[in-house]
Amino acid sequence: MAEVILRNVSRRFGQDVALDALTMTVPDGSFVVLLGPTGAGKTTTLRMVSGLDRPDAGEVFIGGHPMAGLTPAQRDVAMVFQQYSLYPHLTVRENLAFPLRSPILRTKQAQIDRKVQEVAEVLQISHKLDNKATALSGGEMQRVSIGRALVRNPAVYLMDEPLSSLDAKLRADLRIELKNIQAHSGATLLYVTHDQVEAMTMATHVGVLDKGRLVQFGTPREIYEDPVSIYAAGRLGQPRINVLPADLFAGAPARAAFIGLRPEHIGQGDGQDSFVKRVEHLGDQTRLHLSFKGHDLITVTDAHTTLDHGDIVKIQPQKPLFFDADGARIV
Amino acid sequence: MSFSVTEPSNRTKLFAGFLVIGYAVITLLPLLWIIATGFKTPADAIAYPPKMVFEPTMEGYVNLFTTRTRVSPEVFAALPEAESWYERIVRDQGMVIAGPSRYGERFLNSVIIGFGSTLLCMVLGTAAAYAFSRFRVPLKDDLLFFILSTRMMPPIAVAIPIFLMFRSLGLSDTHLGMILLYTGVNLSLSVWLLKGFIDEIPIEYEEAALIDGYTRFQAFYKVVLPQAATGIASTAIFCLIFAWNEYAFAVLLTSGTAQTAPPFIPTIIGVGGKDWPAVAAGATIFLVPVMVFTILLRKHLLRGITFGALRK
Repeated sequence: MAEVILRNVSRRFGQDVALDALTMTVPDGSFVVLLGPTGAGKTTTLRMVSGLDRPDAGEVFIGGHPMAGLTPAQRDVAMVFQQYSLYPHLTVRENLAFPLRSPILRTKQAQIDRKVQEVAEVLQISHKLDNKATALSGGEMQRVSIGRALVRNPAVYLMDEPLSSLDAKLRADLRIELKNIQAHSGATLLYVTHDQVEAMTMATHVGVLDKGRLVQFGTPREIYEDPVSIYAAGRLGQPRINVLPADLFAGAPARAAFIGLRPEHIGQGDGQDSFVKRVEHLGDQTRLHLSFKGHDLITVTDAHTTLDHGDIVKIQPQKPLFFDADGARIV
Repeated sequence: MSFSVTEPSNRTKLFAGFLVIGYAVITLLPLLWIIATGFKTPADAIAYPPKMVFEPTMEGYVNLFTTRTRVSPEVFAALPEAESWYERIVRDQGMVIAGPSRYGERFLNSVIIGFGSTLLCMVLGTAAAYAFSRFRVPLKDDLLFFILSTRMMPPIAVAIPIFLMFRSLGLSDTHLGMILLYTGVNLSLSVWLLKGFIDEIPIEYEEAALIDGYTRFQAFYKVVLPQAATGIASTAIFCLIFAWNEYAFAVLLTSGTAQTAPPFIPTIIGVGGKDWPAVAAGATIFLVPVMVFTILLRKHLLRGITFGALRK
């Protein structure tokens, strides 16, 4: 278990800037989720920490030690890849034992057997241990590849969208399992995902990346309730935050160019008229697609609403967020 | 539905079957004829019309492995009873065994040179292919083209320079010389084939192994090699077949010590009566190692050929 520090880490791939002087501290024992669209530098960040890729400039520290020049094996990190994670020529058991048999760990056979069995039970793959890795379903493969990280006790776990290829039920189970493992072992985890539920439920901290820079770092609630920019606000929230010109409503600060309204922060019943375009019944809640002064916005309402296409609803902002013309937050 | 894209009609299948059988007959008939000739007597072998049915004899095989000599009738009559079945076969021809022939030796030379060059070619070829596939090699495309260009002329076109080089380097008529020569000829194609196979193995496997605590070489050895086995096996078959069957360089560069079987087999015909059964026996035995090797690796070969062919 260790703290991970990235200091001014930059990396270019030809003309593309993947990381632009990224500075971030992953506290010891924390579960840090990196958010950002494709190309924001999330995976590159993991590769910098793992040692699979070297920074053009800047430094990486794990547990206070500089990592420059160290191979991935010397860094004591475990990584779960998004795909191609299992060795296809080995059985599930051999795959799980592979890291334990490495020249660095040289684990005794009895200990390997015990550890493999233990992890296989947690991930519900005990009955498949002697299958060839290629004879598994996608979900089973991904569980084995998570298992291959869990058999070890590394300084830091790196996970690159490990749950993205699983079905909803398994994803929910593993989410809880991963969070439990992290909470009990005190492991440090750096985790990349697109899934906001994963970010909100598992993370102790969220790092928002934009074009290779860290634009905000804080608890999931901080990022959600107190985003520094439209960009950061758009990373969390499903449906996404509605961004409208600030002058549509009264009471905007002088410099404000945009008003940001979370779907649940649109009050219904009072205010100005909007037109219901679409109603989506999701069971536990209902989404309303509204047209307001020529702008589309989405809000949530009572699950048993009687509203329908063509109805008029009065709306007004509650807890609005204001942003300037560059998208930066105005407090 | 009785129609599908992948399942041809019965008539097509029947036609295809006839074509395959026809092709098999055309290619296998000479082979079967050689195998049959090996079990004929010299008289049956050159009989006209050709004998399809004959009494099999091991005479050809015995003659292949022995040198024989005639002795005067008195000495022949005074000989003790023949002890073994092969001595009896020789006695029936009115001769006695003078010693073993050189076929065994030549065959062993073929094995050493054929398998030796194939092994060396696989070691060097896999290493080079891995480097070309994974590392940033300066002038990679030019180097790859240069390597392939050595295969663009028939190797025998450079026979005379090679002959002179071998003579001054002391490699003429040595096993090492022939192993190096066949390795050199085979290496270009091997590097290209193997690079294709290694390119197909996602680099993520190696990265996972690096993270799992292994060095680059261990990752190569434990993760890349097992997955490249198919490609290595099929490439090895191509290399072995070339080195095994090569005739021209073997005639030119080998004589007493390192001569392989292909230049030796025709010399069995001898000076006196043409001993076709012994030649056929020599050819038949010569086929066996490559056949066994190919059958052992055929699963890989079939996949290897289509795998390589379907690459971009």
